[in-house]
Amino acid sequence: MTALHLVWQSAVVVLGSGVLGLMYKGLDRKLAARMQGRIGPPLRQPFLDVGKLMVKENVVPRDAVPWLFHAAPLVAVVAAVTVLLYLPLGPYAPVLSGHGDLVLILYLLAVPAVAMALGGFASGSPFASVGAQREIVMMMSYEFPLAIVVVGVVWRLSTLGLSPAFSMATVAANPLWTLVGPLGVLGLALLLLCLLVVTPAELSKIPFDIPEAETEIAGGLMVEYSGVNLALFYLADAVKTVAMGALVVALFFPYGIAGPLGLGGAWGALVDQLFFFVKVFAVVFAAVTTVRVAMARLKVDQVARGFWIPVTAAGLAGLALLVLDKVVMG
Amino acid sequence: MEERRAVYQIPVGPVHPALKENIRFVFDVEGERIRGVDIKPGFVHRGIEYMGMRRNLIQVLYLAERICGICSISHPIVLTQAVEQAAGIEVPPRAQYIRVIVSELERIHSHLLWAGVAAHELGFDTLLHLSWKVREKVMDILEELTGNRVDYAIPIYGGVRRDIPPEQYPKVTEMIRYYRGLFEELSDTFLRDASVEARTRNVGLLTPQQAHELCAVGPVARASGLRKDVRQDWPYLVYGDFELSALTPEDYGVEVHGDVYDRIIVRLLEVGQSLDLVEQCLREMPEGEITSFPKIPALLAHLKKAEGEGIGRHEAPRGEVIHYVRLEEGVEGPVVWKVKAPTYSNLMPWAPMFREQEIADIPIIAAAIDPCMCCMDRIHIVRKGTSEEMAKEDLLRLSWEKTRRVCG
Repeated sequence: MTALHLVWQSAVVVLGSGVLGLMYKGLDRKLAARMQGRIGPPLRQPFLDVGKLMVKENVVPRDAVPWLFHAAPLVAVVAAVTVLLYLPLGPYAPVLSGHGDLVLILYLLAVPAVAMALGGFASGSPFASVGAQREIVMMMSYEFPLAIVVVGVVWRLSTLGLSPAFSMATVAANPLWTLVGPLGVLGLALLLLCLLVVTPAELSKIPFDIPEAETEIAGGLMVEYSGVNLALFYLADAVKTVAMGALVVALFFPYGIAGPLGLGGAWGALVDQLFFFVKVFAVVFAAVTTVRVAMARLKVDQVARGFWIPVTAAGLAGLALLVLDKVVMG
Repeated sequence: MEERRAVYQIPVGPVHPALKENIRFVFDVEGERIRGVDIKPGFVHRGIEYMGMRRNLIQVLYLAERICGICSISHPIVLTQAVEQAAGIEVPPRAQYIRVIVSELERIHSHLLWAGVAAHELGFDTLLHLSWKVREKVMDILEELTGNRVDYAIPIYGGVRRDIPPEQYPKVTEMIRYYRGLFEELSDTFLRDASVEARTRNVGLLTPQQAHELCAVGPVARASGLRKDVRQDWPYLVYGDFELSALTPEDYGVEVHGDVYDRIIVRLLEVGQSLDLVEQCLREMPEGEITSFPKIPALLAHLKKAEGEGIGRHEAPRGEVIHYVRLEEGVEGPVVWKVKAPTYSNLMPWAPMFREQEIADIPIIAAAIDPCMCCMDRIHIVRKGTSEEMAKEDLLRLSWEKTRRVCG
């Protein structure tokens, strides 16, 4: 792959993910509004929001640490976009395929949250500090189940003799559901459930929006951010939504419909690309939109307990079932 | 090793998303735990009593209506009671029934409004939209009966300003059926939702003992198990004719905890109770006059001649509201007008409710008493740009001075 290829592909991913993320946000808001008996904003509202924030004044509080305060949103958005370069975004290999694997993706997914926490601490506001503390506690809670899910899938792939098992291309090319026995399917279903529970936490959406918690700490981490910096965080959130959706799709639903439909060539690629967008949206809708309209915000200790005991237990049970499956299937 | 952990202060208010009106809390926080709280009211004092004492009694009635936008029938009802007592005015039975109907409708809309606000404080916006959607029904009926969604302008000294003709009864009974049909759905979404229960059970505890000692009123007192309700304890208007008892969570068949969850139960039950009362009023309301003074000038002349003092009390949606007036012959307005809104009595119970709770619980505990700051704020002293605090001794000294001045 030439450097030029890499550059234009990355540019497409960067721009495309931003647009896609904002479109998903618009759809999410519209559908949530309809479920709540409201009309909701127009679909292009997130684009208008970002456009407006870009021209607004960028206020830096007096007590803030300016360089960290400005760096945090930039780091968040760059990390979120970088994750996408390592994820398959359609019927072809990731842009940076072969340069990093699932473990790197896990780390990169954690970076925006860390950046937000740092930005919160750098804001010099008690509300932002409380929000940042909560963000750290949240990360400590959901990272372990997330790691279990990824390790479970990858380990089972490696036992099937597929390598490199941690490579995203391998994971996406070999849907596990049909490669394992009935016990394995049950285990995978449990891992999928865990990942779907982790998704809204990773994206800080109700019931896990405690680091921001508008009614409690007035926006928490975000309380002092405005203008371009806030727009960057907003974009990072939109892109991260796409990334989480793409991760779930890549791990559990890497199927295309072009094959079964008998389409090939450019048309097949196009159909599969559109189907990928639909799959990502379905994941976001199921794990974020419906959950956030159906629940109240939880407290940080309830979230920590919830992730450490039931969710981790479900993940470990899924892992154990995969091990059993390996023993049974040989 | 230093054992003591750092206690830091978090200010909430006077402007904060959790507060619908301005008040200031300063919380002593250790980690996420609240160790203590200082409450500073006084940001939305409007001097309504002062304004009232410089107007004639008819104008005061409209002023009283604007003390609170949500209890906008409660304050006029209490004021009319106080003035009627002072001036010795009789109220025709039909007028009393109409006052009760409108005030019970107000209770329904106020409790549904509260349910929405509470759900929003919990981050459960779907419930907010649901409660406010179903609230529209009672708002429509209020508009149908009185002409206004808020500020109904119904009571006047000696009666009411507008009759409820029999043609309107079917619309009200249809509304009663609508809410009875919804009751199951509402209690399902509020009381049997795991995430609501997780956020409200054992949060903001107030023991019956504390509720009693700190003089909690309204749903806050009843949720702590005190059977305390002005409509039951000192029946006024036609409340004495109804079989009415204060509702506590026990009436829902659960043990009393005195937490936010119990306050949701009590308010939901009271919506049902108000529906029953409205239905009973429509059935038993006698024909007849709606006011003993059809002509306003005659009423004003009578009030100008009146001499005496009166106290009115009413169970507003938030608790007991009291007005005191003193009339003197030859003076058009009240010489003294004192208003005590229910939130005033429920401020003190906030302190034990907040103690040992988490930062995340602040909005819902603050909302749990259904506070109405601008109704409650009676005093705020600003001198040379600095805000002063009045201690008990200062207030006592001021009241002595005032007594001496009034008694001359």
